[in-house]
Amino acid sequence: MNKHPELDVEALIDEITDRLSRRIAEQKLDDPALIGIRTGGVWLAARLRERLGIETPLGELNIAFYRDDFSRIGMHPTVEPSQLPFDIDGRDLVLVDDILYTGRTIRAAMNEIFDYGRPRTITLVVLVDRSGRELPIDANVYGTRLTLAADEHVKLLGPDPLRLEFCATRT
Amino acid sequence: MKIRLRGGRLIDPQSGTDAVADLWVDGDRIVAIGRKPAGYGAPAREIDARERIVCPGFVELGARLREPGAEHKASIASELEAAAAGGFTTVCCTPDTSPVIDTPAVVELINQRARGVRGARVLALGALTHGLAGEVLAEMHALKAIGCVGVTNAGRAIRDTGVLKNALAYASTLGLTVFLDAEDPWLGAQGVMHEGAHSTRIGLPGVPAAAELIGLARDLVLVAETGARAHFRTLSCAGAVKYIRDARKAGLAVSADVGIAHLHLTDTDVAAHDAACHVRPPLREARDRDALRRALARGQVDMLSAHHQPHDADAKAAPFAASAPGISGLDSFLPLLLELVEAGVMDLTRAVAACALAPARLLGLDSGTLAVGALADVTVFDPRHDWTLDAASMRSQGHNTPFLGQRLRGRVTHTLVGGRLVHELDA
Amino acid sequence: MHDDIQLDERGQLRHFLTIERLPRELLVDILDNAERFTVVGDRAVKKVPLLRGKTVVNLFFEPSTRTRTTFELAAKRLSADVMNLNIEASATRKGESLADTLRTLEAMNTDMFVVRHQDSGAPEFIARQVSPEVSVINAGDGRHAHPTQAMLDMFTIRRFKQSFESLCVAIVGDVAHSRVARSEIHALKTLGVPEVRVVGPKTLLPVGLETLGVSVHHDLDEGIAGADVVIMLRLQQERMQSALLPSGHEYFHTYGLTPKRLKRAARDAIVMHPGPINRGVEIDSAVADGSQSVILQQVTHGIAVRMAVMSMVLGSHAQAA
Repeated sequence: MNKHPELDVEALIDEITDRLSRRIAEQKLDDPALIGIRTGGVWLAARLRERLGIETPLGELNIAFYRDDFSRIGMHPTVEPSQLPFDIDGRDLVLVDDILYTGRTIRAAMNEIFDYGRPRTITLVVLVDRSGRELPIDANVYGTRLTLAADEHVKLLGPDPLRLEFCATRT
Repeated sequence: MKIRLRGGRLIDPQSGTDAVADLWVDGDRIVAIGRKPAGYGAPAREIDARERIVCPGFVELGARLREPGAEHKASIASELEAAAAGGFTTVCCTPDTSPVIDTPAVVELINQRARGVRGARVLALGALTHGLAGEVLAEMHALKAIGCVGVTNAGRAIRDTGVLKNALAYASTLGLTVFLDAEDPWLGAQGVMHEGAHSTRIGLPGVPAAAELIGLARDLVLVAETGARAHFRTLSCAGAVKYIRDARKAGLAVSADVGIAHLHLTDTDVAAHDAACHVRPPLREARDRDALRRALARGQVDMLSAHHQPHDADAKAAPFAASAPGISGLDSFLPLLLELVEAGVMDLTRAVAACALAPARLLGLDSGTLAVGALADVTVFDPRHDWTLDAASMRSQGHNTPFLGQRLRGRVTHTLVGGRLVHELDA
Repeated sequence: MHDDIQLDERGQLRHFLTIERLPRELLVDILDNAERFTVVGDRAVKKVPLLRGKTVVNLFFEPSTRTRTTFELAAKRLSADVMNLNIEASATRKGESLADTLRTLEAMNTDMFVVRHQDSGAPEFIARQVSPEVSVINAGDGRHAHPTQAMLDMFTIRRFKQSFESLCVAIVGDVAHSRVARSEIHALKTLGVPEVRVVGPKTLLPVGLETLGVSVHHDLDEGIAGADVVIMLRLQQERMQSALLPSGHEYFHTYGLTPKRLKRAARDAIVMHPGPINRGVEIDSAVADGSQSVILQQVTHGIAVRMAVMSMVLGSHAQAA
């Protein structure tokens, strides 16, 4: 396994906050609402919401019913159901997840969001953009890019403190 | 033909014999027990009966052979062969065929079909009412003349008490034994299994024990009134024993039998709504089974029946209530009988009496004993032979039995009907 | 002699035929999953793609609009394709056996059968005939079971009472002919409800009920005294015709739930009914429409519970589940 430098999550969040602020201004996003993907994405989105001073309550997405591997793994809902406490139609959304890997989670998340309504835009923010994409999906804002071997995995632990952990098998 | 059965353990309830000895047959008669009779010469066939039991052939009091009318289920040939393989030398067939046995012609048809079959002999039970419809009396004299050994309504209820009384009176006039299936037609109408905690649990409509008791009570009163000779078929509940016992004490000419399955299975065996356990009368509770066993042990009920009802696979391939009732019982009769002996319900002599001697006496047959001069209806079986009851080993065309797939102990090796070897188990 | 075919080798729910013999954890799983599905009905697009591409056949041998519609809605909200077969109108009238009807249907590549049949044991019979990848859900068989109804009733109880642990539940009415009652009794006992009472006249209570773990009462006031949940069962017209009861009028007088009688129950007792209700026979309109009635909520819960059960049984076929 490659040796990875100890990643400072708080520092990465600072970076992301900056980049996201700039992007919101550049893209002229109007009062964007944050949606975090459970569970790691929600922790991250909560931090961002606080730092950016966004008033709209936080949306939380449980993508269990939108996964593409139901035939392979069956029913495994282990987290709370989705909650989007605002109107999706015509809204600028910021979708937040901890790790962007194959892209399937984001695909599922977007499908779910569209079943709630039709957003004006979706901006994707991730803490770690790692190699191994299987779908044509890219983050608009990311904390850091990593190249990992196929058998290497990284995950976000939290909620307090937030830290990244590397391991050899998928958990 | 001269046949010697060598070295078997002879069990003859009539004489009380239980000893190892040779049995000598000549033609259709038993000619000697023990030493070879003078002038016998050499036997044409010697059957090695060592380590085996030799007893009078079993007599079945009511089997459905399905022919004529339901040949997709079974035939006279297949079932008489199965009977012999099961140790039965005489089988009474019930009149619920199509056409019903309410004319001599149907009896002749059956006799004709049975001719040449290498199996048990068949005796017909004639209909009590015409078409078994319970309205008009059948021509019982004609049926008796052609050879029917009794009459019955084969489980079809006779609702009109007046008709039943007349039927009993008429049969009695002719000296015919009436075989009765006691069940109140209304209480039993909707049910498909015993009414009790188990039917409540699995949600099937039930037949209360009261249905049998009320039917029995009604029929016994009429038997007393008419002086008829009655035999009650396949009792299923504890209360019935007392009714029969009291009737006999009062001097009525009544007798009863129990289906062998009812001495082993109970209502809780109807587990997964399994149609194999769908039978009429229904399997009742453990306490009923135990009471019937006690009744047998004490001689209050002294006859057993295979209660043979073969079915085609489709008849049972349905949810319980939609399936046809009945168990194919000839093949498994002997092992189940021996299990009762093993369980201490009765000894081997009594067991043989219950399925050979007593039924033969009821029917007035020349068989049921191993006495010198008696008809050579003989069964030889190995009480220790282990085998599996399955489609390959069953001789009946119907494989509808809850015992399918089970390991059983005890198997018939040879069966003689009137001195003819009609069944021999392949080694 | 009897093997339970509801659970596969990993203990997952493969068919949903009866509550009996299912472990408590599994029932709780169904309730928890149903909880997750309730939010789907509040969204703009009331669907999740979980069972997309799967075919569900509603095989109803007994007429039923409400149960069939609920199952249909549940399947559609899971994005499955649904086919409705009202068999009483077609093949079996022509005398086709159940086994043959099944063979014809299996050729259509169905993933799930939802079965309602007048014979107890028919859904299990079907479950034993279908190929291994197909699941069967019992929508009510004879007098035997109606497990999804029982689960939506449990869901409703949990929603209003939070815990099953110290409840007293009374089931009132025609238990003898009720598959719902039997399933409810099993569910309540398995979930740990300490006191389950059954109330009704002798003609409507079957033999040996106590063996199911309930206490039997013939007086309504005594039977619902202090109960936290009162479940009223429907009284069908046939019962009067088969001489089990003299009249609906007399039944209402002796066992009908009126506001006055309801006062005997606990102050915050909830009133349930599997529906459809017979106003003025087993229940007074004032109670059915009153503040303690949760009958309408039961109906909405029915969709979420059925979505949960359908997802779980089809999810059990996953190789790595």
